[in-house]
Amino acid sequence: MTILAAEPNEQLAQISNYLIYSAMAVYVLAFFAFIAEWTFGSRSKVARTAAALTADGGAEKGGVPAQSGVSVQVKSQSGGTAVLEKPAAPEVVTRSAAGKRGELPDGPGAAAGDEQGDMYGRIAVSLTVLAFLLHAGGVLSRSLSVQRAPWGNMYEFSTAFSMVAVGAFLGFLAAKKRVRWIGLPLVTTVLLDLGLAVTVFYTDSDQLVPALHSYWLWIHVSLAIICGALFYLGFVGSLLYLFRDAYEAKLLRGEKPGKVATSIMERLPAANSLDKFAYRINAAVFPFWTFTIVAGAIWAGDAWGRYWGWDPKEVWSFITWVAYAAYLHARATAGWKGRKAAYLALLAFACFLFNYYGVNIFFNGKHSYAGI
Amino acid sequence: MSTTGTGADAGQETGGPAGDAGGAPEGAAREEREAAAQLSTAPGEERLNVPSLGVIGWVRWFWRQLTSMRVALILLFLLSLGAIPGSVIPQTPVDALKVEKFREQHETLAPLYDKLQLFDVYTSVWFSAIYILLFISLVGCIVPRTWQFVGQLRARPPRAPRKLDRMPVYATWRTEADPETVREAARQLLRKRRFRAHVQGDAVASEKGYLREAGNLAFHIALIVLLLAFASGQLWKSEGNKLVVQGDGFSNTLTQYDDFQSGSLFTADMLDSFGFRLKDFHATYEESGPNKGTARDFQADVAYWEGGDGKEKDTTIKVNHPLELGSSKVYLIANGFAPVVSVKDGKGNVAYRGPVPFLQQDNNQTSSGVVKVTDYVDAKGRKDQLGFQGFFVPDFAPNSGTMFSQSPMLKNPAMFLTAYHGNLGVDGGPAQNVYQLDTENMTKFKAPDGSPFAKKLTPGDTMKLPNGAGSLKFEGVKEWANFQVSHQVGNGWALGGALAAIFGLAGSLFIQRRRVWVRAVAGADGRTVVEAAGLGRSESSRLPDELAALVAAMQDAAPQATEPADDAAAAKDAADEKHPTGRQGAPHEDAGTEADGGTDSADPAESSEGAGK
Ligand code: HEM
Repeated sequence: MTILAAEPNEQLAQISNYLIYSAMAVYVLAFFAFIAEWTFGSRSKVARTAAALTADGGAEKGGVPAQSGVSVQVKSQSGGTAVLEKPAAPEVVTRSAAGKRGELPDGPGAAAGDEQGDMYGRIAVSLTVLAFLLHAGGVLSRSLSVQRAPWGNMYEFSTAFSMVAVGAFLGFLAAKKRVRWIGLPLVTTVLLDLGLAVTVFYTDSDQLVPALHSYWLWIHVSLAIICGALFYLGFVGSLLYLFRDAYEAKLLRGEKPGKVATSIMERLPAANSLDKFAYRINAAVFPFWTFTIVAGAIWAGDAWGRYWGWDPKEVWSFITWVAYAAYLHARATAGWKGRKAAYLALLAFACFLFNYYGVNIFFNGKHSYAGI
Repeated sequence: MSTTGTGADAGQETGGPAGDAGGAPEGAAREEREAAAQLSTAPGEERLNVPSLGVIGWVRWFWRQLTSMRVALILLFLLSLGAIPGSVIPQTPVDALKVEKFREQHETLAPLYDKLQLFDVYTSVWFSAIYILLFISLVGCIVPRTWQFVGQLRARPPRAPRKLDRMPVYATWRTEADPETVREAARQLLRKRRFRAHVQGDAVASEKGYLREAGNLAFHIALIVLLLAFASGQLWKSEGNKLVVQGDGFSNTLTQYDDFQSGSLFTADMLDSFGFRLKDFHATYEESGPNKGTARDFQADVAYWEGGDGKEKDTTIKVNHPLELGSSKVYLIANGFAPVVSVKDGKGNVAYRGPVPFLQQDNNQTSSGVVKVTDYVDAKGRKDQLGFQGFFVPDFAPNSGTMFSQSPMLKNPAMFLTAYHGNLGVDGGPAQNVYQLDTENMTKFKAPDGSPFAKKLTPGDTMKLPNGAGSLKFEGVKEWANFQVSHQVGNGWALGGALAAIFGLAGSLFIQRRRVWVRAVAGADGRTVVEAAGLGRSESSRLPDELAALVAAMQDAAPQATEPADDAAAAKDAADEKHPTGRQGAPHEDAGTEADGGTDSADPAESSEGAGK
């Protein structure tokens, strides 16, 4: 018998652990900074939604400049039109399709224009960047210590998963998308995820069982992680959409939501925007998730002699896929838009989560290499 | 009815006026719906009207329901729901042993599960019913949609709506250039941007992004291909296992398999002609650390031949690296140890000699097995049969107090056997498992003290049976490997279908289908009023940018006429006055009184639009 596999580099593995712990510490600071942002933001009085709903023609203007001096006017249904005018140039007016509510203005974000709140918000983002760097360093050094892709067991999968979610969040911010509202829920779950990873799932850095020796590990598993992390952001979008939608519906009925609810909901984007955000992410990720499953099937064909064998992991990937397909279908089906579709999106993500945690823990299939 | 319009999101509002379930009809929404007609091929949703037309009416109603989006959605939902039990309850095709255990443990539940086919969910009647219905729905949906799409490709983009400013994206300006020049410039610009554009009356109508629909159709067709490939794979597949001891061989005929399963359309002559011999086997395990004994690598060195002539070639088979021969693949599935024993009968003649594969019971290769000796005579020369039952461990720790192996590595092999004689039951009767001893008609040898006769053996040891009944010698250990030979059909189609599905999906989700209209008419002041509007299949953040770029590009041919500083609004008013081009004559503010938009003003948004100016 020969020893083919390299011994894991213990020192690097140790460094990786320290980095993950440091990242967690910084995430905790970021968490408090986000809380501070929300808290200070609550001082400012915002009630734009109600105003917009009752406003009967109060036109609000804003817009996007186009090339060569042409100005673009963005007109929204009930918020009126928005213009960025430059003299002597035609304007482009955009109007959302007619809906009952039309297009409500997005909330101003957690800080709600409060200077102190905004400062904490910026601090929170900076801390998140720092934590992300430590986090990524942790994943990288783990990978180097075993000289393979850093996702061979549940500990590694979890750390990589939250790393990608945070990375995507920061990427959106860098692309000037207004997504700071995800910050608090995201950092909270990242802390939970890492907490679970270091306590329950922790596995010493080590080599893999033979079935995992394949370049498909890089393709299939990394894609699964990326899809999962992005689906998670979509999930947060759908969840907040449901809350915000209920809030808007309440206002529309003429009821008055509670003070805390108002304070929080007012600062979130409009239900429509949240819904769109969730849809865009889910729709964009879906083809990649499809490819993830196909790649897994090809790998299974090589490793186990059949590309599809209804192993629990396969079954739940299939269920997740069908659930997301149902969500996309629902969006195209009259009477299923909005809340019903959002519930489907939540369900679909629940399936994804179950596929990841539940199947590894409760079922004993061929995928039981998770190190539990 | 398959008119569609953009919804408040990326989906579409479906149905014509009759299908407008969402509250008060809105003039703008309706206008938009009309402008968006044929922008996709998605079927409009019909109400669940109960038919009144007898049998044919019912059949048509049923067919419409089956091919509707709503039912497709429900079937998708049912499909994922129906897949769940298969992951919770053990499945016969996946792990028959587990099913047996389950049956033993749940005596009341098991018959019920049997009735509901819950031990074989994925071929059960009800699961099949769901996906067959979905399949029919899919075909019933795709055929008319494809047809419709071909029609759309052959038709020209629809003419500009009367009120362009009701489209989601809109721009207007006045220019000194004459209307014809403006239209021609717009048409050329749109053509350059790969829109299908043509001048129709006073406006240019154009459309782009047909690949979205093509992608969507390709995706759904690919799903059919995938499903057919999967089904044919199930029908014609064959799969068998063969355990081969080091040095032994296998040739691919039905009789050589230890077990064999095949789809219902498989016939034995479909087996490829080949064979192989296991020359050597290497297993690599973690030697130290917390995961000591965890498998790291398995490798089988084999010599194989194909066809009749039998020229041997050497290769290795590893996990993840099957050997491909024709349409068959040979996979390395498991491995273990086969103690080599020789058994002498009561007369001192060799009654049996050879390796006996023992089957793994735990991760450290603690294995169990039996030695069956059929051709045996006892000390008095009477015909009898021998059976030995017991364990083999590759890594025995004498002082550990346990008989379990300490690691899967062949470090200190040992065997523990109990000896029987009597009728093995191998001649006639039901087929027997070679790894189990049916002790019903056998008796244990007794030690002199009356206890059952059992012994621990290390290589070289001999176990002498009491009363000169013979002996068993543990000569050594060989390794064995278990191979799965599978003959698969339709894999290429499945892969092709899957990849086509992905590309179609990407096209369907990432490509934006949209229409742009540019209208140019002479205004009251002698200048030309230009209006440009865009409408997407789904609301897109890119459409405004696209129109803005177009408008900007048009400034070369139709530059905006310079006006007094605060005149932007005035230009807009002029456009409002102008754009109905006399056909309606009603200023925009009064849209509420229009015949087809009776409740326009019910929407605060609508009136705000006017008030805003
Ligand atoms: C095997 C089951 C099916 C699956 C997995 C599936 C999946 C999907 C997915 C993921 C989409 C989203 C792509 C997009 O929005 O362009 C979609 C769209 C669509 N599907 Fe299906 N589908 C299935 C069956 C059907 C059936 C039976 C019908 C017909 C009733 C249908 C009609 C449509 C239509 C019209 C769209 C386009 C919606 C739009 O343009 O927004 N699908 N399908």
